[in-house]
Amino acid sequence: MTMYSLGEFHKFHGGDQDFLYLVPSGGIVALDGMTSEILEQLDQTPLSREDLVGRLCSDGYSANDVEECINELREVKAIRNGQKEYAKSEPLPEAFPLQTIVLNVTNQCNLSCQYCYEFGEDKVATPEGKPKFMEWETAKSSVDYLFAESQGRKSVHITFFGGETLMNFPLLKHVVTYARTRADELKVKIDFSLTTNATLLTPTIIEYLAENAIGVTVSMDGPKEMQDKFRVFANGRGSYDIIKPKVQNLLANHRTRPIAARVTMTSGAMDVKKIYQHLKHELGFYEVGFAPVTTSPNRLYSINERGMDSVLEQFNELADEYLEFALRGEHHGFSNVSDTLSELHQGVNKSLPCGAGLGMVGVGPSGDIAPCHRFVDSDQHVLGNVTTGIDREKQNDFLTRGNIDTKYDCHECWARPLCAGGCHHEAFVRYGDTGHANLHYCDWIRGWTDKCLQVYGAIAAQNPSFLDHFSERKAS
Amino acid sequence: MKHLRAVNQKAHRIESNAEALKEDIVALQAPGGAAPKVHVPMGCTIIFSPGWEVDSAGGTAGLCQPVERDIYDCYATCFWPAQVPDHLNNSPDWTSKCASATKDWRNVDIVFP
Repeated sequence: MTMYSLGEFHKFHGGDQDFLYLVPSGGIVALDGMTSEILEQLDQTPLSREDLVGRLCSDGYSANDVEECINELREVKAIRNGQKEYAKSEPLPEAFPLQTIVLNVTNQCNLSCQYCYEFGEDKVATPEGKPKFMEWETAKSSVDYLFAESQGRKSVHITFFGGETLMNFPLLKHVVTYARTRADELKVKIDFSLTTNATLLTPTIIEYLAENAIGVTVSMDGPKEMQDKFRVFANGRGSYDIIKPKVQNLLANHRTRPIAARVTMTSGAMDVKKIYQHLKHELGFYEVGFAPVTTSPNRLYSINERGMDSVLEQFNELADEYLEFALRGEHHGFSNVSDTLSELHQGVNKSLPCGAGLGMVGVGPSGDIAPCHRFVDSDQHVLGNVTTGIDREKQNDFLTRGNIDTKYDCHECWARPLCAGGCHHEAFVRYGDTGHANLHYCDWIRGWTDKCLQVYGAIAAQNPSFLDHFSERKAS
Repeated sequence: MKHLRAVNQKAHRIESNAEALKEDIVALQAPGGAAPKVHVPMGCTIIFSPGWEVDSAGGTAGLCQPVERDIYDCYATCFWPAQVPDHLNNSPDWTSKCASATKDWRNVDIVFP
């Protein structure tokens, strides 16, 4: 006999309307009163179709309508007939062209941020005996590798990274010129971006970045007292006073791309609203993104559980502000919200947490290929070299480990279409395995995803045209 | 859908997939999964085997048979100089997955030149 019970979804409320976030499809649907009632009935006990129709009819609904409604819920898999089963993700396409290459043009840095994943206590890099700066030959091979491996794509992307990226600015310029020429020959679109600590920005460099429309993300932790807590020079001196005028100059003169700040949250920089206020309104960044420091739990700068609760509370308050802006049709710069809304709007359903090792790779100064910039220069994680190509066996091992299908803890979680177990690098630092689910932040991720769903629902109900912004945004 | 409203892009895709299954183009199929018959032109008029017909309003929405029915013959027999892939030079394999038009017409896909 057909016995209906609840399928997998997360119910949420936004803008006076009830919604379902469907799992694992990632679809979002709005409910009417009858649908909500059917779901409430099934929440208490599984029911046969006849019983379900009978109960709803006794509440005054017409049998035809109820039948129709049950069919719709079946179509979106919000209710199921039979045992709950984990639906395996679809296998990756055999050929997956590369889209993005992250060039670590140097592994040297003029700052000594204590929490740095490249130099700090939890580093995975083993740079001993390897080149410190990328040579032109290696960079050229990397660009050639990108074009050879990205066949079929209409646009590709190069991100410059470090160390401190601008310590090898001459190479960066050389790469931009060469890659542009190659892209023109191949009729492929190319764009560039970089991450910098801003200490080495000069008017000439800023002019070059603006002229070439190179996207810039500044790693910066907030106002002076927070920036100077961990983002220090080797002698312990804080970097705020040095970078402030340079950042102001950058924001005033680089208008061809929106400039973002990227905040690493630590025990010393947890005041989200204050940091946002400073970076967005006092300095004038277009958007500000926050990420908690990647660390093993016992470090001085790591944020404990209570700290993360407070971060979530502040994220929620800033998300409420985002919503107010969105309902007025205005831009708000809290990019943690806009990034999540973008993925929710598309309805992504990830089998892997990110594109590392698949559509994106990191390349170290030696030309070694890593799954992403965070694994560059690590012997344990090297996947190949730009001159000899990627080792498909190693790549396959990395991707199989990271796949949601092998993260059994995630199979019960409604947030898995977006999270897919979380960052490979974070997992390695915490658990020693890139394929381990990041269980230390599950509640946090669910709390944050729920908040973003509420914001999404409210915008969908009250100012749906705002969501058109996200139709064109790229999924990460 | 009447009781659920698709909100994000994925939900719209789920909805249109479900609708597509419900409202199949029956005129193009062999009825009830019966063995496909030999391909016989079956446009609005079998004498003009078959060209691009238009309905009384000058569109295609009101035709008694869908235009997909016609497009195969425009290609295979060059009967009508319509904008279909050309099988002599550029798309010789366009219908290679369409052994029987009544059954496999869905495999005749869009071509991006």
